[in-house]
Amino acid sequence: MTAARLLVAALRDPGSVAGLSAEQWTALLTAARAERLIGTLAHRLDRRSVPEAVARILADAEEGAKQERRAALWEAEMARRALASLDLPVVLLKGTAFAAAGLDAGQGRSIGDLDILVPRDALDAVEQALRAFGWEPVKEDAYDDAYYRRWMHELPPLIHRERDRMIDVHHTILPPTARPTPDAEALLADAVPLGNGLSILSPADMVVHAAAHLYADGDLAGGLRNLWDIDRLLREFASDDFWRQLDERARRHDLAGAVRRALRQAADLYGAPIPDGWRARFTVDPLYRRRLLARDGWGRQGHSFTRLGFYIRSHWLRMPPLMLARHLWTKATRKPA
Amino acid sequence: MTTPVYAADPPSARAVVELDELVAVLHRPSGATHLLASPAPELLDALAEGPADARTLLERLSRRYDLIGSEADAIEARMEELVTAGLVWRA
Amino acid sequence: MRHAHAVRVGPVGFRVGAAWRAPVEALAALYEGYPEPEGAIPDLTVRLYPERPWRRWLRPSVAISGDYWLPDAAPLPLEQGLLAAEMGMNLQVALGWRRHLLLHCSAVERGGRVLLMSGASGSGKSTLATLLAMNGWRFLGDEFAFVSLEDGRIHPFPRAASLKNQAIAAVRQAGGTVGPVIEDTPKGRIGYWRPPADALARMAETAPPALLLFPRFGFAEAVEPMAPSEAFMRLTQASTNYVALGEAGFTALSRLVRTVPALTIDYPDSATGMALAERLWSEA
Repeated sequence: MTAARLLVAALRDPGSVAGLSAEQWTALLTAARAERLIGTLAHRLDRRSVPEAVARILADAEEGAKQERRAALWEAEMARRALASLDLPVVLLKGTAFAAAGLDAGQGRSIGDLDILVPRDALDAVEQALRAFGWEPVKEDAYDDAYYRRWMHELPPLIHRERDRMIDVHHTILPPTARPTPDAEALLADAVPLGNGLSILSPADMVVHAAAHLYADGDLAGGLRNLWDIDRLLREFASDDFWRQLDERARRHDLAGAVRRALRQAADLYGAPIPDGWRARFTVDPLYRRRLLARDGWGRQGHSFTRLGFYIRSHWLRMPPLMLARHLWTKATRKPA
Repeated sequence: MTTPVYAADPPSARAVVELDELVAVLHRPSGATHLLASPAPELLDALAEGPADARTLLERLSRRYDLIGSEADAIEARMEELVTAGLVWRA
Repeated sequence: MRHAHAVRVGPVGFRVGAAWRAPVEALAALYEGYPEPEGAIPDLTVRLYPERPWRRWLRPSVAISGDYWLPDAAPLPLEQGLLAAEMGMNLQVALGWRRHLLLHCSAVERGGRVLLMSGASGSGKSTLATLLAMNGWRFLGDEFAFVSLEDGRIHPFPRAASLKNQAIAAVRQAGGTVGPVIEDTPKGRIGYWRPPADALARMAETAPPALLLFPRFGFAEAVEPMAPSEAFMRLTQASTNYVALGEAGFTALSRLVRTVPALTIDYPDSATGMALAERLWSEA
């Protein structure tokens, strides 16, 4: 079994780790780190029933995840304080949202940058307010700056000069140039306030966003974690009403295909609950599966040809062809700093 | 312009160790460490009674300490530094 | 990976994998006599690999990665593969270890108490620790001091000391064996000094810190006491995991600076540095 398969099995069924050899444990832990799922694994496994050396590594991971969670929630609070005077909805996205809302998907999860969603027409005011509170642009490069503002669905990333933490300010969940065009107003309109001045997406939109992120907005890197998020969200939200809402929202955001593929993939890997009717209509895409499970016992991402294919694919999805050519050409001819 | 009212997390949100003339403070919600000189630690303690503006803080401090030449303006300047550090916010 | 070696240094189990045989063989030779990772499950993984597939043969260059990595870690030529392995191990510890507070310090022990020396590259902390270890002190490490989060005791991490430029001659002159030596690295000439058998045999034996020195090499002899708050601030800068540890790090570091006297020492040459350290130790 490849390391990635060991990891998926351990997350799905913690009992599957019984009897693993030292070599298999090493491969599993290394793959879990590389996929940024070690904190989640630590949360899932019972440390009393694993070898001592493993228990120590898992204890470290659990503690690390706790610190990451604290730092992430603090960044959210700092953003809230910076933006309070604008009187805007500030919607937390991804890991920070899961942690702030106390969702299962946030348990042990590694959380990096802060991602927030704000109304598009408030972007300038948001940027000014953040700058006044100590955030500043990461990239000084004029081309990158224009690229972000024009083609991506976010401000250029800002970093806080004292805390050294990044914030990504989005006005939608996919680049405007991507073929699907999510309904950003609906995302904001249905956001759920947490009661502390911050909001999260509605349950259905949260799943749609995770799916969009996986297939349309990236090269499947971090796919195992992303699908784990989806699995946990589905287990927490599953109900007849929820499936109806999810179907409606996925169509509304022009992401029905991506959402169904993601759900099917989550069901395939982690046994996520999905409606029978949805399961029957689709088969598992072997290329995606192979790509997702490519991590080896040294933490390396294998199958480099598959990877290149996905890299190009993700760029095509993000940008119409002419723009892609221009982007690659500008990147290629830019002199190194 | 109205005078700002400041608030802080309760003292249980901070671990405090006196090193010398400086006090090391770990702010638990942020995980950040601050080295504070007087009167910053005293101002944080004074906020334990609840949110207050600079004048009220001055009154609270003068109940506990003999203050010489302290003015609300100076307190406000210290409070703004604590706001920047994330230890205090404008209520 | 094609070639691999696993080794335990103090509390840390490492596994180093490489696309080439040479770096792994050099590593195995340098760490001969060190134990295996506990339970044969390493804590940290280092990977040495060609930056591009063809770079395994053509002007081979060794990229360093592992469980933790930096985006801007520059690759090294294959002749410096051992240095790449060592840097990879340092990187994993610096970014990944959280069972102790890590201070960028050398550490030696005598009479059951530990002398810590903190300083940047060029301060002479490695040289002083090596020379003291050849002079009746037990060598605990020249790169990281592992401070226990529970009781503040120092755990040995007796890696081979990495000596740079003039330090190689200074240690040889004092009768020490330095080798292998790697020329023309980004840090100049680097030579490794293997800790004595005693340091290896006692690598699980912890001891409390008693004195903290901040040495500066190349200045006229001077000693200045340092306030606890300044030591605290400087050690947060000299720690790779203080922030990541949260309150546990705060507790360990504030305990250290309140209980252990700190001094800066300037010294013009190794002999003066040694004499100063010995004198201050006897007064501490």
